Amino acid sequence: MRRIGVFVCHCGSNIAATVDVKKVVEMALNEQGVVHAEDYPYMCSEAGQSRIAEAIKEKQLSGIVVCSCSPRMHEATFRKCAETCGLNPYLVEIANIREHCSWIHKDVEEATEKAVILMRAAVAKVHLNAPLQAGESAVTKRALVIGGGIAGIQTAIDIADAGYKVDIVEKTPSIGGRMSQLDKTFPTLDCSACILTPKMVEAASHENITIHTYSEVEKVSGFVGNFTVDIRKKARFVNMDKCTGCGVCQEKCPSKKPLNEFNRGLNTRTAIYTPFAQAIPNVPVIDPQSCIKLNTGKCGVCEKFCQVGAIDYTQKDEIITESYGAIVVATGFDTINLDKYGEYAYNESKDVITSLELERIMNAAGPTKGHLERLSDGKAPKEIVFIQCVGSRCSDQRGKPYCSKICCMYTAKHAMLIRDKYPDTNVTVFYIDVRTPGKNFDEFYRRAVEDYGVNYVKGQVGKVAPQPDGSLLVHGVDLLENKQILKKADMVVLATAIEPNPDVRKIATMLTASIDTNNFLTEAHPKLRPVESPTAGVFLSGVCQGPKDIPETVAQAGAAAVKVIGLLAKDKLKTNPCTAKADELRCNGCSQCANVCPYGAISYEVRQVNDHGIREDRRIAVVNSALCQGCGACTVTCPSGAMDLQGFSNRQIIAEVDAICR
Amino acid sequence: MQELIERAKSLLEAGQVARVLGWKKGENVWDAEPAFFESADALDAFVYNGFCGANLSKYMIEAGKLEGKTLVFLKPCDSYSFNQLLREHRVDREKAYIIGVGCKGKLAISKIPFDGILNVSGADYPAAAEMLKVETLYGDVEIAYKEAMLERCHVCKGKEHVVYDELLGESCDTVDADRFAEVERIEAMSPEEKFAFFQQELSKCIRCNACRNVCPACSCRKCVFDSTAFDSAQKANTTSFEEKMFHIIRAFHVAGRCTDCGECSRVCPQGIPLHLFNRKFIKDINALYGEYQAGSDLETKAPLTCFTTDDAEPGVGRG
Repeated sequence: MRRIGVFVCHCGSNIAATVDVKKVVEMALNEQGVVHAEDYPYMCSEAGQSRIAEAIKEKQLSGIVVCSCSPRMHEATFRKCAETCGLNPYLVEIANIREHCSWIHKDVEEATEKAVILMRAAVAKVHLNAPLQAGESAVTKRALVIGGGIAGIQTAIDIADAGYKVDIVEKTPSIGGRMSQLDKTFPTLDCSACILTPKMVEAASHENITIHTYSEVEKVSGFVGNFTVDIRKKARFVNMDKCTGCGVCQEKCPSKKPLNEFNRGLNTRTAIYTPFAQAIPNVPVIDPQSCIKLNTGKCGVCEKFCQVGAIDYTQKDEIITESYGAIVVATGFDTINLDKYGEYAYNESKDVITSLELERIMNAAGPTKGHLERLSDGKAPKEIVFIQCVGSRCSDQRGKPYCSKICCMYTAKHAMLIRDKYPDTNVTVFYIDVRTPGKNFDEFYRRAVEDYGVNYVKGQVGKVAPQPDGSLLVHGVDLLENKQILKKADMVVLATAIEPNPDVRKIATMLTASIDTNNFLTEAHPKLRPVESPTAGVFLSGVCQGPKDIPETVAQAGAAAVKVIGLLAKDKLKTNPCTAKADELRCNGCSQCANVCPYGAISYEVRQVNDHGIREDRRIAVVNSALCQGCGACTVTCPSGAMDLQGFSNRQIIAEVDAICR
Repeated sequence: MQELIERAKSLLEAGQVARVLGWKKGENVWDAEPAFFESADALDAFVYNGFCGANLSKYMIEAGKLEGKTLVFLKPCDSYSFNQLLREHRVDREKAYIIGVGCKGKLAISKIPFDGILNVSGADYPAAAEMLKVETLYGDVEIAYKEAMLERCHVCKGKEHVVYDELLGESCDTVDADRFAEVERIEAMSPEEKFAFFQQELSKCIRCNACRNVCPACSCRKCVFDSTAFDSAQKANTTSFEEKMFHIIRAFHVAGRCTDCGECSRVCPQGIPLHLFNRKFIKDINALYGEYQAGSDLETKAPLTCFTTDDAEPGVGRG
């Protein structure tokens, strides 16, 4: 029989205000095996921990239950405390009476009853806990960054500067990401390319950084410190070693119809293309969908003109396999699809554009060479309307419930730049709120209003109606004046909501990293571990975790890099001993557990077993405890119950359920 | 039938197989039972007729451990079970010589609603009659072959064998019902009606374990219900909820692996329609993950033990 101590934490008033902690102590003393129970205002404090240590020594405790906050907060604290007293850390159980109880209940009596039940379940479990020993695993001193935008580039540079190898995997032909598409950046109005390209060059020339562009992560296996990743390097059809980036192939290519993705489809490109002038690497790719040679076998113009013989139509996708100790997700964002927003006539009129499209129009390398003009007739717009929160802060199913965070600032930027360059153009901004909480942000917005005469109207737009004369009739409302507004405009710009890059779902699944209902990757803790994913060894950088602007992205990228460096600096990691184990006498060898194992941790061997005197060769599941992450998928799949999870065995779980139902 | 015996004899004599797994004559014509035959002489007791409903696949688990090959006769539906066991590494394909035998629908004595049955004729294979002649204590009567067929034959999976070394004999179409009609009828019930329905059916259970013992998917070396290591087993044995626990746990354990061979319902001495649980799972799997037939091949990934990013995420707590 275990000698169990129960320690009930008040957590100040967090628990004690809703749960009668004295009652929990009293009830604990009635439980089988409980020889000690006490409460204390802060169990996690030095004083609280020393009470536990004393009790372990005085009462010879062989099992501990701490009724406190979530095990995610302090399980490690209390395990360490037990360990210093010579008690195996896995003989400590946490009953979460804060998040699971006091924080979600108001009634003291009900909450106390529930706290007692949770305590009872933990006591029942700890009776069956076995002492477990953590193993060790080596750390591969190399990091993978998925996504080559500013977030990925900054993270990679910071990791590489610390002396570790980093690979960037970028799915488009060049690194640079969204930032490379921007014209100017707020709140300083410096040119985006001017500040980004030095970073791109730095990454590309860094001895510790390897860049795989036009590549995608295909498969991830392993665990923190030891990931194995398959990377698909898509066929470029251009030999990267030979190509000099002279560009003659693009000048001569006769296939000129495909839409230019970099310019958001506002103009076209050739089948062989480099997305933009400062692309890194400056090596074009052939888009196999539009290449005449690849589709019909005839043409070969680029091959003929290439002076160095770099064109290779026979190239195939290549899969390379690399090992990493840490993985950073920096997959960024895209603007949402506007099909559900028919009222803004985005699909009807060429002169209704998104803000990102406006960035391209205002950029000297864009489809209009930087001239602000209507895409329908090339005329200069004299009246421009900006509509804020298109799909952001949306309460219905069409859009996103969150604030996209960057739109207020870039709209002020656009309005200001237009008023500056084209003073005869009127600019009106319809907004719900103007949100400018950043360094020098509100000053920036006020300049737009006060110095540049941008007309801000608090209110939303209900409809944009294209008129026969080519203009757009904007039906809006001014909430401050309490009147309807009908405004004729030449151009309407939609501050379209941003959403995580759609590929992130696939990547999150491969990494077993969790994502929220909006497809943003979830942090390990929203306040205290904002750049770590709950999956060990996976870190988050940039907008994949939540909307943010460039300065915030760069700051987070650096933070993610620090976490990676901290991990790679270790030679060994302690492994989680709560791994699965197969009982050879019950195992059928049916392979169902191996099919569901997300970590590839289960293999089979044929070995002789002695089943109560019957010796026979059987196919038995074998768990690689270094790969097993203790998720338990195998234990619930196994029909015969041969698979069990150490620390969370079937018997322990059933004992908990029994205690709850008692 | 004679054709099957001759072929079995010649394979035994040629030393190609060490034994034959088939059906043996019982006291009555409807008592045919699974049996191993070790010699040509023993095959005199071999029988194959309309009452040979027993699925022999599961016996191949033990047969696979014996020296030499075993000749096994599999009906089209039985071959799905064999394939499923093959997928689960429970049988050894190398140790089996499979004769895919034809089937004209299998009969159930319980479906012949007469008292004092002495003999049934017309159930022979391949010459099955349209009408069965039933000799009873109270005189001779007739019943259509189709009417005496097992429920599973009315929703037959088809005449094709999915695994075999050779084929012998013709099969015929027996489908005349919708496989999921009964499941749909129950789905349409209110929760209270459903509970009452299953309460009534499952309260007949005497825990004889016949369904488990015959089920090819219930092939665990050590069944959880026989294991002392699980408190759940004891629970299923002792609470008043026993039968429901047992059958529901069993249905979950075979979900996604059950080929719908119908043996559970065939052998139940209390006539509980146990296949309905399994069929509900099959119907849901088809609806959520696309049509899937367990045991149809060795390659298709089983929907419940594989994960894809576009998997359905059915809501919890639906009635």
